[in-house]
Amino acid sequence: MSLPGASAMTSPGSLAAPGAAPDRGVDPVLEIRGLCVDYGFGDDAAHAVADCDLTLGRGRVLGLAGESGSGKSTLAMAAIRLLRSPGVITGGEVLFHPRPASDGEPATTLDLLAAGEQELRAIRWSEIAIVLQSALNALNPVSTIGAQFDELLATHRPGLGRASRRDRAGDLLELVGMTPDRLRSYPHEMSGGMRQRAMIAMALALDPQVMILDEPTTALDVVTQREILEELMGLRDRLGFAALFITHDLSLLVEFADDIAVMYAGRLMERAPAASLFRSPRLPYTYGLLHCFPPMHGERHRMDGIPGSPPDLRDLPPGCAFHPRCQWAIPRCRQDVPKLEPLTGSHREVACWLHRDNATAPPELMRPDPAVAQPRTAAVSDTSAERAV
Amino acid sequence: MALNTTILSEPNPPAGAAAGTPRALRLPRSPKVIAGLVILVVFAVVAVIGAWIAPYSPNLTNESWVQHVLVAGTGPGTHIKADYYPLPLPPSGAHWLGTTVFAQDVWSQLLVSTQATVAVGLLAAAISTALSIIVGVTAGYLGGGADEGLSLVGNVFLAIPGLPLLIVLADYVPAAGTSIFLVSLIIAITAWAYSSRVLRAQTLSLRNRDFVEAARVSGEGRVRIIIVEILPNLIPIVAASFLFTTLYAIGAYVAISFLGLAGSPTSSPPGLWNWGYMLRETFANDAVRGGWWWWWAPPGLCIALLGTGLALLNFGIDEFVNPRLRVAGLSRKAARRLGISRRPKLGLTPVVRRNVINVTSAESRTP
Amino acid sequence: MRALLRRLGVYLLAAWVAITVSFLLPRAVPGNPVAGAIARAQSSGICNSFCVKAIEEQLGFNVHTSLWVQYVQYLGNLVHGNLGFSWSENAQVTSLIVSYLPWTLGLLGVATIMSFVVGTLIGVVMAWRRGSWLDWLMPAATFFQAIPYFFLALVLVLIFGETGSLLKWFPSLYGFDIYGVDPGMNLPYIASILGHAVLPALTVILASMGGFILSMRNQMVTTMDEDFVLVARAKGLRTGKVVWYAARNALLPCVSNFSVAISIVVAGQILVEIVFNYPGIGYHLYGALGALDYTLVQGIFVVITLVVLAANLLADVVYVLIDPRARQEA
Repeated sequence: MSLPGASAMTSPGSLAAPGAAPDRGVDPVLEIRGLCVDYGFGDDAAHAVADCDLTLGRGRVLGLAGESGSGKSTLAMAAIRLLRSPGVITGGEVLFHPRPASDGEPATTLDLLAAGEQELRAIRWSEIAIVLQSALNALNPVSTIGAQFDELLATHRPGLGRASRRDRAGDLLELVGMTPDRLRSYPHEMSGGMRQRAMIAMALALDPQVMILDEPTTALDVVTQREILEELMGLRDRLGFAALFITHDLSLLVEFADDIAVMYAGRLMERAPAASLFRSPRLPYTYGLLHCFPPMHGERHRMDGIPGSPPDLRDLPPGCAFHPRCQWAIPRCRQDVPKLEPLTGSHREVACWLHRDNATAPPELMRPDPAVAQPRTAAVSDTSAERAV
Repeated sequence: MALNTTILSEPNPPAGAAAGTPRALRLPRSPKVIAGLVILVVFAVVAVIGAWIAPYSPNLTNESWVQHVLVAGTGPGTHIKADYYPLPLPPSGAHWLGTTVFAQDVWSQLLVSTQATVAVGLLAAAISTALSIIVGVTAGYLGGGADEGLSLVGNVFLAIPGLPLLIVLADYVPAAGTSIFLVSLIIAITAWAYSSRVLRAQTLSLRNRDFVEAARVSGEGRVRIIIVEILPNLIPIVAASFLFTTLYAIGAYVAISFLGLAGSPTSSPPGLWNWGYMLRETFANDAVRGGWWWWWAPPGLCIALLGTGLALLNFGIDEFVNPRLRVAGLSRKAARRLGISRRPKLGLTPVVRRNVINVTSAESRTP
Repeated sequence: MRALLRRLGVYLLAAWVAITVSFLLPRAVPGNPVAGAIARAQSSGICNSFCVKAIEEQLGFNVHTSLWVQYVQYLGNLVHGNLGFSWSENAQVTSLIVSYLPWTLGLLGVATIMSFVVGTLIGVVMAWRRGSWLDWLMPAATFFQAIPYFFLALVLVLIFGETGSLLKWFPSLYGFDIYGVDPGMNLPYIASILGHAVLPALTVILASMGGFILSMRNQMVTTMDEDFVLVARAKGLRTGKVVWYAARNALLPCVSNFSVAISIVVAGQILVEIVFNYPGIGYHLYGALGALDYTLVQGIFVVITLVVLAANLLADVVYVLIDPRARQEA
């Protein structure tokens, strides 16, 4: 699974101190570098995530898309060391940059992969909170919502008294459009949307820097889904947390994310500002994903979908893992693994031989990029993309 | 004898069921399962050939197989005629497990007893499993009033304690204890309700799966759907409940034999030699106080060993049905070499930097 | 309350079935064994004609009224606490059982609760420390749960009992020192009762704990994979709190399976009492079986069933108290 030179772009030189690149509009809060994750050990281990680099800018929403089994949740959960057994992190680093102290002194960066249990516990939820797909499963079924808020606040805010904890919990519920009397409810007494709102309120309880949203609305109906996402993004604007938004539904990301990264078979394959990725995908896989869903507006596409199914991670095809399903595959795709590299003259990166050297990409993958005509500031908050500009 | 209720209370759908493809019961090849299978095979073989390889008849008494001890105050030098009491002989080359106070060969009794004990266990489990499938699957599949009624019957049987009912039944039908079939039937009547409840719950969840729905829509008959679509997906649970019921039935048979409700080999009609009856004789003759461990320990250990074998096999099924119970595939040695615990802590994913996988990134990342 | 009332209905029905079975069996069984028992009672001289008549009435022998009338009479007697006359003990069955019951309930209650609590705790620790040396408790617990209770009793008598041949630490016969102390509210008597309860209780605890350990361990392992436990970790809660999250939820199925466990423990304890000559209901059941005292056997069966049903109901109440979902349905 070695990938020669894949990470050359993120050489130690680019290991920027927090706040080192404010002039470029990039202030990373979470940096994932060269992350490798296996399921199991030894020869039959599945390489679920291979050498992924991803940077989440402060206050930004980064979408992570891919079919189920592409490794997107694995990547996120491993980054915060919450991946279940038999998941094992086999390489890389995950840097968390706390917000600068009030006197402007930069806070110390923490490598989550090198951190001990105590260090992790200290930043968990207070700095990095998660919202999972099903709140019914994520909330403790035998305690009331209020009790779950209470123990959370009691653990992290030991100074607060019982009454102020209850007030804070009530405020938080109001923040997500619920009434404080819901604190007395048990999870099973509420609707799915209500539970997910309560979960989001709980995630906001300690004013975290980072929210990891793992398919937060997949289990809900379309209307509730939209309501909750709009509310969440409103809260993001007010509170300024950054979000890593994982979903298989690219159309949601186009609407709610600043930038989008697409994963396939454990690798990052394309990264771009949301609008660019949507209007002008460069990767055949992204193109396929976009054509899985009928577009809400804009020109009509033929609904192609993607033929075939995701590969077995234990037995990846040689070369580009996507080539057996790719309608434009060229001989080189069967031999060499493409690296995620910047495309000349844009804020985006793609891992595809069709865009390399002398290959000619099909017109479908060459649509004009809106971001190039009208460059967005601080698009993909990624060091290598930055340098490419 | 307690039971491991987890497997049955946790009717996790077999993974294959979702796709509608019944999977064969493939047991994980763990040391537990292998040990369980070996134990069961040994007992099965002994059950079949035990009576045949036994050196003596279990009822055979031979005056020279006990030590005759003179009762104090009798015999020569006294006015009373010499009186002797028998002492069983400890294990020797002639009697591998020694002899009983009745001058019988313990090893032969143990071998012969295996047959009835195992036979009752298996037959009762078979009858009980058949009953539980009929009641449980029917209730789960039909739903509605039939379900209500059958579940109520099951719950009532579940609530009535099995052994006391068994005792009363066996007490009024003394002949029952001497017939393998009747005793198995009575045990099965007290045993089926639990498996039935589990099977009902599982059937209920299968009933609404897509593949059953598809079969129903395509006009297949109820019986055919139950046999072709539902039963194959219940195999792991049926197997687990069969093992569990075997364990229960052996315990119940041994218990009523110990209480003297299954007849004795010398009575009429003759009862069958089984481990419970052997224990009854040792208990009635104070073998523990006499220190005659070779007499009372072997039948008890055989019960425990056979029960352990069944339970170990049950673990295998347990892990097949509920893969969460499996330990991650890392040997103790490998874990130590990697410097991580074999079972990583929840919420603390281990980091094992391995150069083999990550040569390039490691190089490029080391300043 | 609805769910609880439903359960109560099931138990009432079960009680009725058990009572009816005990009514019908002596009347329905071919080659009535009861006749022999009554003849023996009469010839032994203990039983006078009044006593014989009472037994005949109870067991439906030599009675010329219809089955239905007998049944109504039987139920009526039962309601008035009349379970018939025991000829082997020459006393009313009811008063006999009332004197046996405290021994059985005391032993059963203390041993079962201790076994459940300790076994559950061990199961929690085993699941949380999966992969450690504690895994070796698995085969041990498996072996223990496969040992018949009465065999374990024999082994404990051998090792610890005064009538055994090794340590001779604890008395191993009877419920108290029947030669040394006077029953009553005095210290020696109470101390003697406690001393004599050690081995029977230890037997029941050891024999039943394996099942509780394995059951809790497997539930706990399953529960630990649930999202809310992972989220508890993600919340940065203390480890003890995270374990509590999982244990509290894993406990629910264990409590709802308690009804199956309790009837197996009761069955085991009957035999344990026999081994220790412990003066509870099981020991006297053994005596009644030996003496062919059918009225006593019948009465003990009915009472054991009622005890088990009451324990079931208690477990149901506890379940409703600890599971808010059940509470809502209830």
